[in-house]
Amino acid sequence: MEPGVVLTMRNIYKTFPGVKALQDVDFTLRRGEIHALMGENGAGKSTLIKVLTGVEEFETGEIKIEGKEGTIINKSPQEAQMNGISTVYQEVNLCPNLSVAENLYIGREPRKGGFIDWKTMRRQASELLDSLDIHVDVTSAVENYSIAIQQMLAIARAVDMSAKVLILDEPTSSLDDGEVEKLFTLMRKLRDQGVGIIFVTHFLEQVYAVCDRITVLRNGTLVGEYKVEELPRVQLVAKMMGKDFDDLAALKKEGESAKVGEEVIIEAKALGHKGTIRPFDLKIHKGEVIGLTGLLGSGRSELVRAIYGADKPDEGELLVKGKKLQVNSPIDAMMNGMAYLPENRKEEGIISDLSVRENIIIALQAKKGMFKLLSKKEQEEFTDKYIKMLQIKTADRETPIKQLSGGNQQKVILGRWLLTNPDFLILDEPTRGIDIGTKTEIQKLVLELAEQGMSVVFISSEVEEMLRTCSRMAVLRDGSKVGELEEKELSQSSIMKAIAGGED
Amino acid sequence: MNKLKKLTTYRLFLPILCLVLVLLVNLITTPDFFAISVRDGMLYGYIIDVINRASELVILAVGMTLMVAASGGTDISVGAVMAVVAGVVCNVLAGGEQSVTQYNNPYILGILAGIAVAVICGCFNGFLVAKLKIQPMIATLILFTAGRGIAQLVTNGQITYVRVDHYKVLGSSIKGLPLPVPFFMAIIVVIVTTLILKKTAIGMYIESVGINAKASRLVGLKSSKIIFLTYVFGGLMAGIAGLVASSRIYSADANNIGLNMELDAILAVALGGNSLGGGKFSLMGSVIGAYTIQALTTTLYAMHVSSDQVPVYKAIVVVIIVSLQSPQLKKWFKKHSLGKKAVNGNEVA
Repeated sequence: MEPGVVLTMRNIYKTFPGVKALQDVDFTLRRGEIHALMGENGAGKSTLIKVLTGVEEFETGEIKIEGKEGTIINKSPQEAQMNGISTVYQEVNLCPNLSVAENLYIGREPRKGGFIDWKTMRRQASELLDSLDIHVDVTSAVENYSIAIQQMLAIARAVDMSAKVLILDEPTSSLDDGEVEKLFTLMRKLRDQGVGIIFVTHFLEQVYAVCDRITVLRNGTLVGEYKVEELPRVQLVAKMMGKDFDDLAALKKEGESAKVGEEVIIEAKALGHKGTIRPFDLKIHKGEVIGLTGLLGSGRSELVRAIYGADKPDEGELLVKGKKLQVNSPIDAMMNGMAYLPENRKEEGIISDLSVRENIIIALQAKKGMFKLLSKKEQEEFTDKYIKMLQIKTADRETPIKQLSGGNQQKVILGRWLLTNPDFLILDEPTRGIDIGTKTEIQKLVLELAEQGMSVVFISSEVEEMLRTCSRMAVLRDGSKVGELEEKELSQSSIMKAIAGGED
Repeated sequence: MNKLKKLTTYRLFLPILCLVLVLLVNLITTPDFFAISVRDGMLYGYIIDVINRASELVILAVGMTLMVAASGGTDISVGAVMAVVAGVVCNVLAGGEQSVTQYNNPYILGILAGIAVAVICGCFNGFLVAKLKIQPMIATLILFTAGRGIAQLVTNGQITYVRVDHYKVLGSSIKGLPLPVPFFMAIIVVIVTTLILKKTAIGMYIESVGINAKASRLVGLKSSKIIFLTYVFGGLMAGIAGLVASSRIYSADANNIGLNMELDAILAVALGGNSLGGGKFSLMGSVIGAYTIQALTTTLYAMHVSSDQVPVYKAIVVVIIVSLQSPQLKKWFKKHSLGKKAVNGNEVA
C-alpha cells in the first residue's frame, strides 16, 4: 500500500436481485483526511459503506487496510471494528438511560478484581472527552443531551476504540447549523490526529466546508475522485447527476405555462396541531402546484399532515371547496378528494408484504368500503393501467412491493393515489431516493396533472426541483408558515433568503 | 427438479409436509392407524378420531389466525372463554339446576346467550387491544385468568349437566351422517370464514394493518376498528368451540373445558406457516396446523404413551416442525452447503 493510505477498496462488485449495486468501484482513503462520498440516492454510497463494514457481502474485489497483511473481508460490523473501521450513523446507537461514561466504555469497561472500576472509567471518560473538547457530565444519562452531543459521544467512542477509519453516515441530517459547526470542529480535530474520515452527506455546502477530497458515485459506478478545490459545486452536481443542465432547464418552461384556476379547492384558516405546526392560513386553487419549502423539521410535512388528518388538527378550520370539513382521520380527507403521498415511503407508504396490485388498489378499496370488494378483473385492469402509465418495473402485478426498487415503489404509491382520482394531491418528497430519470418523469407528471385541473402540494428538499414544478411557494421556518412567494418572485436566491429568515 | 422447486415454494408445502410426516410415522408404528370400519353407517378409526377431536381446535385456530394477522399478538383467553360459554349455555338450559333431563328453557335461547357472552368477551379483548393499545397477550391475560372463575360463578362452583339427547348432537353424531357433527361444524366455520375473506376486502385490510398500521391508516383504513373486529370474531369462534366441547360432555365443566387449548390454537397458527408477528396469513395453513396437532396427539395415544407424558413428545415434535420452517435455519443450511465454495475466492490472510 502507498504510504499515507489507510484504506483501499479495489474493483468492488455487488449485485442485488435485478440491480447492479456496485460495479468495479475503487475507493482510497488517506490518513488524516476527510473524504466525502457523494452521489444521488441509489448511486451506491450506502452499499459501498455496507460492504466495507460487513453489513453486506460483496461478490468480488479486495479491501486492504493499513496494518493488516493482505486483504480483509469483514463479515460483521464487529469484525470491521476490530479491523479499525467504525461507523456512526444518523440514528445514534447509544443506550439513552445509561450514563455518558457507561456508554463510552460499554463492553470494554476497565476492571479491578473482576468488578467494574467506576472511578477509572469516569476518569478515562472525562479525559477522552476533554481531549476532544466535548464538555459534558460523564455521570449524567445520555438522554439528557441533544442528538448532536450524542453523535459526538458516539464518535468519541468509535475513535477511542482505535479507529483508523471513521465513517460518518449522514450525521448532520438532524442537526442545526450551530451543532453542525461543532461537529465539524470535532471532525477537523480527529483529522489532525490522523484519522481517516469518510463523510456521507447530501448537503453540498457541508462538503465544501469540511472535506478535503470527494469521491463521486453514480448508478453503482465510480465517476471519479477529486480534490475539493479542483471541483466547483456546479460540476459536482453535474457529475452526480450525469446530466447537463439544459435537460433540466427545458422542463421549467413547461411549468411556466401552467394556468391556475380561480376556484379555491383547499382553504386553511388558522389550522394548527399542537407541538408540530403553529396555526397557518393557506389557500390552494384549482390546477395549482404549490411548493412548501423550508429546512428539514421546519414544519413542511406537519402542515400537510394537519390538512390531511394524518395528525388531527386541534385548532382552526379547514374548508374544502368552500365547505367546512371536520377531518378526524385520513379517510375523511380521502372521501373529500384528497390524497397524500407521505415523506417516509418505507414506514408510511408501502405495505411491504402485499403485492403491487394490492398496494395500488388499497386506497380506492378503502374509499369504497369493506363490503364492496373490487372484482378481480377491475383490480387487474387498474393495476395494469398504472404499471403501464407510470412504467413501473415489476416482474408481475403479484410481486410483493418490497422486492421493487425505491423508485418503482414510489411509482406504485403514486399510482395508488391517482387511482382514487383526487382533486387535491399532496406529494411529500416524492422524488427522494429515486434516480434522476424517474425524478424528471414524476415532475413532468405533476405538471400534467395540474394542467388537467388537479391541485398539487409539492414538498422537496431540492430547491431546483421546486422551481421547476411549482407556481407558488409557501415558506416554513421552525414550525410555522412565515410567508409566500409568488411565481415571479421565485428564484434560488429568493427562496434561500426566505428559508434562512430574510436577513443577510 | 424444477417442478420440485416450484412445489417447495408453494406456501402450504411445509405445513402439509409436516402433517404427512406425522401420519407417516403411524405407517410404521401403528399400521391399523389408517383402518376405517363402518358400523351403523358411521365411520370409525383413528383417522376419524383425529378429524373429530381436532374440530374445536380448528375453529379456534380460524379465529386466532385473524387476530394474530391483524394485531401481531395472540389471544390467550380463548380456552377460558370456551368454559364461560359452556357454563352460560348449560345454566340457561338447566334453568339454574345442577342436573336436568329436559330443557328448562328453549335450546335456541341457551345458544344465543352463549354466543352473546362469547361476543362480549371478544369485544372486551378487542377494546383493550385495539382502543387502549395494550399488548394482546397482556390484555387477554385478564380473561385467561378471570374466565374460569367467571365460569365457576355462573355454575355455582358445580358441574352443570344437561342430560338431554338433543343437547349432545353438536358433539356427537347423528344418523345418516357418516362423520361426527363436530367435523361438520369445523368445516362450516372454515368455509364461511373463507367466503367472508374472499367476498369482502376484510382479508386484505387485516393483512395491511398487520403489516404496516401507519401506512394503512394513511390509505384510509381504521386499523383499530379492524383489529377490534378480529377479536370479536375470535371471541365468537371461542364461543362456537365452547358449544361443541360442552355438547361432547353434555355439561359445563369450568375447570376442564378448553383447558390449554389457546396454546394449541396459537401453535396451529404457527405450524400453518403464519408469522406470529402479524401480516400475511393463510387460513388453510392454520387449519392444517390444527389437524397436525391433533394427529400428533392421537398418534402418541395410539403408541400407548401415557397421557401425562404426551406433552413432552409433543414438545419435541413441535420444536422440530417449527425449526423446519425457520428462515434463519434455512439460511444457515444454505450458507453451509455453499460455504466450501468460498464466495469471494480470497480468505482472510
